[in-house]
Amino acid sequence: MIRLVVLLLLLAVPAKAEEIVLGLSQDEVAITATFEGSEILIFGAIKRDGPVEVPGDLGVIVTIAGPDEPVTVRKKDRRLGIWVNTEAVEIEVAPTFYAVATNRPLDEILTSTEDLNTRISMQRAIRSVGATAESAQNFTDALIRIRASQGLYQTIPEGVSVAEEALFRALIPLPANLTEGDYVAEIYLTRDKRIIDLYTTSIPVKKVGLERWLYNLAHENPFLYGLMSLSIAIAAGWGASAAFSAFRR
Amino acid sequence: MQIYLPIAEVSVNIFLLLGLGGIVGVLSGMFGVGGGFLMTPLLFFIGIPPAVAVATEANQIVASSFSGVLAHLKRKTVDLRMGTVLLIGGLIGSGLGIILFNYLKALGQVELLVQLCYVVFLGMIGTMMFIESLNAIRRSSKPGGAAPKRRKHNWVHNLPFKMKFRVSGLYISVIPPLMVGILVGVLAAIMGVGGGFIMVPAMIYLLGMPTKVVVGTSLFQIIFVTAFTTMLHATTNFTVDVVLAVLLLVGGVIGAQIGTRIGVKMKAEQLRIWLAIMVLAVCGKLAFDLLVMPAELFSLGAGGHS
Repeated sequence: MIRLVVLLLLLAVPAKAEEIVLGLSQDEVAITATFEGSEILIFGAIKRDGPVEVPGDLGVIVTIAGPDEPVTVRKKDRRLGIWVNTEAVEIEVAPTFYAVATNRPLDEILTSTEDLNTRISMQRAIRSVGATAESAQNFTDALIRIRASQGLYQTIPEGVSVAEEALFRALIPLPANLTEGDYVAEIYLTRDKRIIDLYTTSIPVKKVGLERWLYNLAHENPFLYGLMSLSIAIAAGWGASAAFSAFRR
Repeated sequence: MQIYLPIAEVSVNIFLLLGLGGIVGVLSGMFGVGGGFLMTPLLFFIGIPPAVAVATEANQIVASSFSGVLAHLKRKTVDLRMGTVLLIGGLIGSGLGIILFNYLKALGQVELLVQLCYVVFLGMIGTMMFIESLNAIRRSSKPGGAAPKRRKHNWVHNLPFKMKFRVSGLYISVIPPLMVGILVGVLAAIMGVGGGFIMVPAMIYLLGMPTKVVVGTSLFQIIFVTAFTTMLHATTNFTVDVVLAVLLLVGGVIGAQIGTRIGVKMKAEQLRIWLAIMVLAVCGKLAFDLLVMPAELFSLGAGGHS
């Protein structure tokens, strides 16, 4: 009897009939002196146990999120004829970078309940506290608008191409103004608007070479760094003066 | 060609930075102003974070002022004694300014205060200088007109602790230059500028120094005050971007050398009227920004305590 129940359960929940196998174009993003932004190619295949049986539409969602940082969004208003900051809302969790690429519009491949739980969509990924829900919405919208104009927040509805229901690829552009840290890439596989598999990997974004050295020096030995900056300034000033008087002679 | 700035954490075109440095450098050498009041807003426009712009600009002003002052030292147009008195005031003022700045930052309206400071001070000084120089030009162009007379006695001459400033040809109390130094130091710390645009007119109109030595002397004071400010920013806020500074100062020091030589060839009245026009133009732009509804009402700031 117990065996029958177990067998029935196994049949009812076929653990991972479809699975993601992933590849990345690069393991890390190195910020060098000539860094102008980059792009990450995420590609993979959908591994199946048995023959392709299609119980619903296939959805592939790729998200990349930069490190979270709280943000203060301020709103200007006219006071005594001039525009000044009057209101401010603190947004507690705001990724410094967030991109969502999907093979079809998000609402066609994910239920809103699943979105609420996994916080995939742009609106869900950003949470604010304080202020009334209605006005907080304006501030969240403003954050998304401003960061989107800087290329930091991206919603790419047809950014994932799926071939033969088995291979997928997504190209996510990264702007130059990236914050350092571990970027988390998540790939969701959905069938009939429900998530059936998730693959998570992280891509470190860090400064290298001279950029790394200067950044470390500025933070770990600021007095020395300050003196170095001043010496360079004095030397440049003196050098230019000397060069010009040499020319005039 | 783009370059990534390690502290500012943005990517900017190299030639844009070199060009900005050069143009501001020429103006700096011509007028004896550090150029910070032009450069700092320009850096905001090209997307450098304000905190980094202010701190790095201080470092860049050190370079262009040093380059400029060497040219002036050679021509003996620096009043070292007066410069030292102004400098003592400047260091006191800079310290006070940083305290005031941090206090206002805690209140959350520091950006507005900085803008209002710019508009009020630039407006006042620009207007004053413009009217003065117009009158001076009118007087000197009159056939047979007397040479412009400077008021020989005002309240400045009745204060104690008198000191002889030979290069400037003055025998006045040290209190007014000390006060000018303090005021400039405070403004330098709040507005992220060298303060030359305040100091130059104050030296001419308040202290009665000859225009010839004013430029070199103000550059001398600016070097030390901005060096002090750079160190304060580097050690407390970590906001000095040395890559940005180097690019700006390469253009800046060359520009300053050219500017100093142009300045020598121009008449003092002409020099002053152009400086006045420039100051008024920057003031007008900033006032316009405060009065006209911005395209984006929202702005982002670092989280935590706002």
